[in-house]
Amino acid sequence: MTSQDQILISAKSVTKTYEDGFQALKGVDLDIVDGEIIALLGPNGAGKTTLISIICGIVNASSGTVTVAGHDIVDDYRKTRSLIGLVPQELTTDAFESVWSTVSFSRGLFGKPANPAHIEKVLKDLSLWDKKDNRIMQLSGGMKRRVLIAKALAHEPRILFLDEPTAGVDVELRKDMWAVVEQLRADGVTIILTTHYIEEAEAIADRIGVINKGEIIVVEEKAALMTKLGQKSLRLDLHAPLTRIPDNLSAFTGALDLSEDGSVLTYSYDTSAERTGITRLLAGLAEADVRVADLSTHQSSLEDIFVDLVREQA
Amino acid sequence: MNGRAILAIYRYEMARMWRTIGQSVVSPVLSTSLYFIVFGAAIGSQMQEIDGVSYGAFLVPGLVMLSLLTQSVSNAAFGIYFPKFTGTIYEVLSAPVSAFEILCGYVGAAATKSLILGAIILATATLFVDLQIAHPFWMLFFLVLTAVTFSLLGFIIGIWADGFDQLQIVPLLVITPLVFLGGSFYSISMLPDFWQTVTLFNPVLYLVSGFRWSFYEISDVSPMISILAILVFLTVCCTIIWWIFKTGYRLKS
Ligand SMILES: Nc1ncnc2c1ncn2[C@@H]1O[C@H](COP(=O)(O)OP(=O)(O)OP(=O)(O)O)[C@@H](O)[C@H]1O
Ligand SMILES: [Mg+2]
Repeated sequence: MTSQDQILISAKSVTKTYEDGFQALKGVDLDIVDGEIIALLGPNGAGKTTLISIICGIVNASSGTVTVAGHDIVDDYRKTRSLIGLVPQELTTDAFESVWSTVSFSRGLFGKPANPAHIEKVLKDLSLWDKKDNRIMQLSGGMKRRVLIAKALAHEPRILFLDEPTAGVDVELRKDMWAVVEQLRADGVTIILTTHYIEEAEAIADRIGVINKGEIIVVEEKAALMTKLGQKSLRLDLHAPLTRIPDNLSAFTGALDLSEDGSVLTYSYDTSAERTGITRLLAGLAEADVRVADLSTHQSSLEDIFVDLVREQA
Repeated sequence: MNGRAILAIYRYEMARMWRTIGQSVVSPVLSTSLYFIVFGAAIGSQMQEIDGVSYGAFLVPGLVMLSLLTQSVSNAAFGIYFPKFTGTIYEVLSAPVSAFEILCGYVGAAATKSLILGAIILATATLFVDLQIAHPFWMLFFLVLTAVTFSLLGFIIGIWADGFDQLQIVPLLVITPLVFLGGSFYSISMLPDFWQTVTLFNPVLYLVSGFRWSFYEISDVSPMISILAILVFLTVCCTIIWWIFKTGYRLKS
């Protein structure tokens, strides 16, 4: 995020305590930039849906403020909500309605004049056009999910919230949805999505926020997050097993690990460090007459980072 | 004011009614016809006129009120409870609409349905009895305000309800007895003094009495009091709803 980026949504110290006394959000600060795709990751019950519901007006925050395009979500709710489309986590649809009427209803509800051409485009983009006269109960789960997306897009929102859009969706459809998201981004729509699939965040998000237990632990550019927290490891398959790490490599203690059978040496290093130490390590090995049969490197995935972060906090 | 949103909700709700036309219209019309046959034609023929009006004709305003009240309450209660139950209410809550606009859409549709129903019942009644309406304006006044007021009441019940059985309880256990005991099928002057006094505490009496007055100019209480009563009920319901929206009670968490 650079300074000239336009901040579209800004949450400041948002807390939420539910009626039963459970504190689902403990002072969340989050800025979302115009035009970006941000993924919110977090384990079950982290508060992702609660945060989204507050921004969209479904749940009242206990304290804190949220502004959307400079307007307060409470005082100027008409302005903020008309900018936002929401695809909820649950598949909540009117079983008896037709696809066409439920999507048209959404547009009217958001105060936009009827525009059958736009509805048609949305339905076609989501491959729902041939189902437009079907009742929703006649659709499969994945199609229902797409109906919810169509409803959210019916009023041409500038911001789209996708709360676990690909939960229970097959791989094929997931890829389709990523394509839809990509298209929306090209149209300038800002997208906030929550997901449990880390590869999803990795595939489509510009930035990633991690929420755990009602707090944002980290928000970073995807690439920066991965290099910053990303450890790389170098795996050396040895020609002949070692009984112990050679003495002349004592400088690498801690970073160097010998497998139980002595045939694999693993070296962990930080990619952002000035020197990775690889050259020195290899030179040291040659010196000690250790012959390397094969070598490979491994970059920790977002998944590893995520698990680390959440575990660290627990 | 988001007029398009009101219209969208209103149309959506009306479409739901046309889809469920069977339970929405046919069954109340059928049960009302049964009342006419049993009370109007069979028993009514054995009864003397009440204040110069045949018993069959006397029944009509009461029967219309019975349907209007129960249907307004249950239509509106169901209308708002259903999206709460299925979860589709999320969309209305996330839309740029005020509580008042949501109310207009849902209550407007519920009231329209029961007015259509009232009109159908009146039309059905003309098949059985000779109907005359002395004060068409006041007739409409009572009809519309009763439909709106009790749709508001239904809306409150729908918001308060936690289960489908609770939606049934109020119409069944409260509205129906009040209508039966509120002079719908008899003039309270037929009752012993004590029960006449008790009946004065029944709000429905004022509606039925005023409504019947608009047809035949006969009434148990002065029509002015009836007009006042319906306005009071309307105000009470509006106040409760204003409070509900102000506190977000049971719609938002
Ligand atoms: N209406 C409610 N009343 C009380 N507690 C609630 C309510 N809604 C959510 N919670 C609690 O708040 C916490 C956060 O819930 P939330 O739905 O925001 O989590 P989430 O991050 O979306 O989880 P998931 O990944 O499972 O969707 C949970 O512990 C949940 O039990
Ligand atoms: Mg959730």
